[in-house]
Amino acid sequence: MKRRLKDSHLNSQYTLFLGCTVPVRAFNYEISTRKVADRLGILFSDIPEFCCCGYPVKSVNHYAYLLMAARNLALAEEKGLPLCTLCSACCGALTEANHEIQEDQDLHKRINDDLSRWLGKRYEGEVKVTHFIRVLQQEVGEKRITAEIQADLSSLSLAPHYGCHYTKPSTIYRRVEDPENPTSLDRLIEVSGAKSIAYENKLQCCGGGVLAIDEEVALAMAHSKLEHIRAHQADAMVLLCPFCNIMYESNQRKIEKVYGKEYKLPILFYPQILGLAMGIGQEELGIKMNRVRPTELLKKINKKAD
Amino acid sequence: MIHSKTLDPNFKFLIAQEPGGENIRRCFSCGTCTAGCPVREVTDRYNPRRIIRMAILGMKKEVLSSQFIWLCSSCYTCFERCPQDVKIPELMNAIKNIAVKEGYLPPSMKIQLELLSSFGRLLEITDFENEKRKEWDLPLLQEKTEDVKKILKGLGFHREEKIEG
Repeated sequence: MKRRLKDSHLNSQYTLFLGCTVPVRAFNYEISTRKVADRLGILFSDIPEFCCCGYPVKSVNHYAYLLMAARNLALAEEKGLPLCTLCSACCGALTEANHEIQEDQDLHKRINDDLSRWLGKRYEGEVKVTHFIRVLQQEVGEKRITAEIQADLSSLSLAPHYGCHYTKPSTIYRRVEDPENPTSLDRLIEVSGAKSIAYENKLQCCGGGVLAIDEEVALAMAHSKLEHIRAHQADAMVLLCPFCNIMYESNQRKIEKVYGKEYKLPILFYPQILGLAMGIGQEELGIKMNRVRPTELLKKINKKAD
Repeated sequence: MIHSKTLDPNFKFLIAQEPGGENIRRCFSCGTCTAGCPVREVTDRYNPRRIIRMAILGMKKEVLSSQFIWLCSSCYTCFERCPQDVKIPELMNAIKNIAVKEGYLPPSMKIQLELLSSFGRLLEITDFENEKRKEWDLPLLQEKTEDVKKILKGLGFHREEKIEG
């Protein structure tokens, strides 16, 4: 890693890991990320052969999960760049597998034996894994983002949703921020010029982790958060994980039906909000793909007076 | 009623050998996990303290064949708060890994394995996605990879016909 830190140019270059959900169900997250990254001088390199991060098989077979993660990390290692994810579960799964492999020599050897035997690959354990929002917060920083702000979002009240795997388990992230009181997304929302609101049970899980097992339970969890946010009349929820988005946006109509309520709460990915603040057109940020149309929210955005 | 004859005192040791299950015997049933659990908040079918207690007592069959072990959403709230560092979401995964070895695989997890085996991803990348990517001038994605199938087959924890359905 030291090698990379010396070269500041390489620091803003990443391999982009899309995972399973983003390209199929959260394409707007990907395109808005790329637009915003472009504006901030972050370069992405792509690997079309990436497979699932491994997270879904962790509950079935831990070692299979590690092998899938190691296969992706091995591909990224060939590029020699840090890996940037958009999905928090991918970030958690790859970070954790990385730690396990780096800390246990016997396991590392076993992984490499199987990777080379079955897939003709090898992973040295050199890849750094991060999340795009973490890149914005830590690598780019508030100052550089602020310099790019061109629109006035000050009339917007936004409800941040951190989700779980972006900060937890804090051990694998070397406690980059307090998992019980994270502030990075609130800060980034404020940097965009909008107001980040506090609401009850702000850190509650979206329920996505049990969606495949028990839909009723998952929807009940997502419903509870939509209720808390409605109480504060937020213009939108802002999130950073495509699976959380499935719960709050794709399933919002279903939740409304089950509970006999109406939310019509726009759900935006943070790069969409930042892109709007940077004056990037909504078309380019994939806003049209948002299932709950943020019509009122868009009306509240003004061109910044010089 | 729990009958001591039906208990398996070795169950906790079996769990402790599984990755993630190492700290099970540290649990002193304080209930911090259950108190802050977002799943427990919406259903009483999931209760981590109860599951850990059952496992330590040796209620092997009841635990492994249950549906409740699959209800952990892996939010890691309890992981952060547990005073004994039991690492509950990892412990639940350890128990689930054992359950799978014993033949208890929920149908939805079987479907996920089949998808991963067929496409390498949970959601299939089709021409539709790649056409869209072309329109947006984005790099195309490989539509399929055999590597996940090779991993699952290589580990042999599922026979081919089972995975392929």
